[in-house]
Amino acid sequence: MPDSESVALSVDHLSKRFGQRVAFEDVSFEVGVGEVFGFLGPNGAGKTTTVRTLGTLIAPSSGSAMVAGLLLTTANGVEIRRRISIMPESPGLYSRLSVAENLSCFADLYEVSNPAERIGQALQAVKLVDRADDACGKLSKGLRQRVALARALLPDPQVLFLDEPTSGLDPAAARDVHELIDGLRHRGVTIFLTTHRLEEAERLCDRVAILNTRLRSIGRPDELRDRLFTKTLTVTTLAPLTEPASVFPGLPGLNGWRSDGPATYVLEVSDPVETAPAVTRALVAAGADVLSIAESRHSLEDVYLELIDRDTEVEKT
Amino acid sequence: MRLHWRRIRAVVIKELREYRHNGAIIAAMTIIPVVFVIQPLVALLVTPHTAARSLTRDDLLLYLLAVPALVPATLASYSVVGERQQGTLEPVLTTPIRQDEFLLGKALAAFAPSVIISYVVFAVFVALVELFAHPGVASAVVRAPELIAQLIFTPLLAAWSIWVGIGISARTNDVRTAQQLATLASLPAIAVTSLIAYKVIPANTRVALGFGIALLVLDRLGWRITSATFNRERLITGTQ
Repeated sequence: MPDSESVALSVDHLSKRFGQRVAFEDVSFEVGVGEVFGFLGPNGAGKTTTVRTLGTLIAPSSGSAMVAGLLLTTANGVEIRRRISIMPESPGLYSRLSVAENLSCFADLYEVSNPAERIGQALQAVKLVDRADDACGKLSKGLRQRVALARALLPDPQVLFLDEPTSGLDPAAARDVHELIDGLRHRGVTIFLTTHRLEEAERLCDRVAILNTRLRSIGRPDELRDRLFTKTLTVTTLAPLTEPASVFPGLPGLNGWRSDGPATYVLEVSDPVETAPAVTRALVAAGADVLSIAESRHSLEDVYLELIDRDTEVEKT
Repeated sequence: MRLHWRRIRAVVIKELREYRHNGAIIAAMTIIPVVFVIQPLVALLVTPHTAARSLTRDDLLLYLLAVPALVPATLASYSVVGERQQGTLEPVLTTPIRQDEFLLGKALAAFAPSVIISYVVFAVFVALVELFAHPGVASAVVRAPELIAQLIFTPLLAAWSIWVGIGISARTNDVRTAQQLATLASLPAIAVTSLIAYKVIPANTRVALGFGIALLVLDRLGWRITSATFNRERLITGTQ
């Protein structure tokens, strides 16, 4: 968690309801300056509404927040919007206007100094310099997405909200966006990334939060894995062990074990690095031919699906 | 609170660029007043000089004040709901622009073509009457006070029509509904100008002054009320 002096976003028990419908509830988290923060959740979890609330487009029902150093209030709306930038899920470009005309309009709305230079830099960042005079309506979905990203870069924001920035992009263009996000992180820009691409979140984000109306979990991807899943070592031998119960118990850091096939054993451990060498020695001492000892890896997707599945189960019961 | 003219100008320029790229908008704005003036124009062109004297009793040119009330309805009613349907409203509202600035930009962008079209339609009407109507008929219809009234009241009526249209646009969910309601809302102004043209309401200096002041106040109020009732949350989320 970031210290109080370097907090770009601080959200405290924030909720938003539309009549009886809860969009998100009791959400609290902090995002540090220069951090890439992933905001994950299923459709309808309240991610976009959270972004809109923090972006002063809609008012929270309860709770409070600080955005780019300012308290989230109606009176601070203009000043907050000066310090942040939001790339919505839908590019929302003026289709009859050219790329440059779209960006020129937003450069003026943000009152950017040296607009021509900034527009050039933004186009260069998304590799669209040669398409500046094309009408946005004639661009592919992926190119429109890149124009929307260029538009979000224009004001040089302190906090950049990106809602599905790589949606519709081909792998090469998505890689460019990832590199761009990395570059922005190094320049100290705080990035609030909403995405459905879990491998993208895992690769880019310092920390992630999983929202399903309520905040389900928050932390570094590896922290979430450790919190949710037991660490395991999977041992495969050439032939089944004659007496596995005499080999595994008592090994340092071992919490339990089970067979997973004729010559495969899954060991629950506290620290794989500590236990793996001891397992190897014990197997060799027992005369086993070891084919492999591997730490089982859980992806962020496993974490995400586990949490969402748990919610679904709770809803059913 | 101080207005940021660069942000307002950004909206105006964007709108004007969209008009330039979409000639159909201006064509649609022009067709309605042209249709509106055809009947009185033809009637005047075929009026014999013996009827000229009876024409002096009415202020027929004031009838054309309905044009600036009608022309902006299409543009103004599209201004907010159109952006919303295109999905372009949310990105604009995420910028530092305030709602009063956004609406003023929209209004100014609709104002310029509306006033120009109204003046052009009026000028063509007068020119055709002067050129092709009987000279007695032309001099009975085209009179200096009515020309001055047209010059002064055209921008005032257009501005009022624009604020009504924008107000409707910000409260409706569909472009067609907004356009129909805005056209309907311009009818009272048309009724008043027609009543003046046919002397039901006397066309004198006092009435002109009263209407002028009332329209100025209404135009100012229109901006303030539309800004105050502009609800970002409803426009973005479709709720409330």
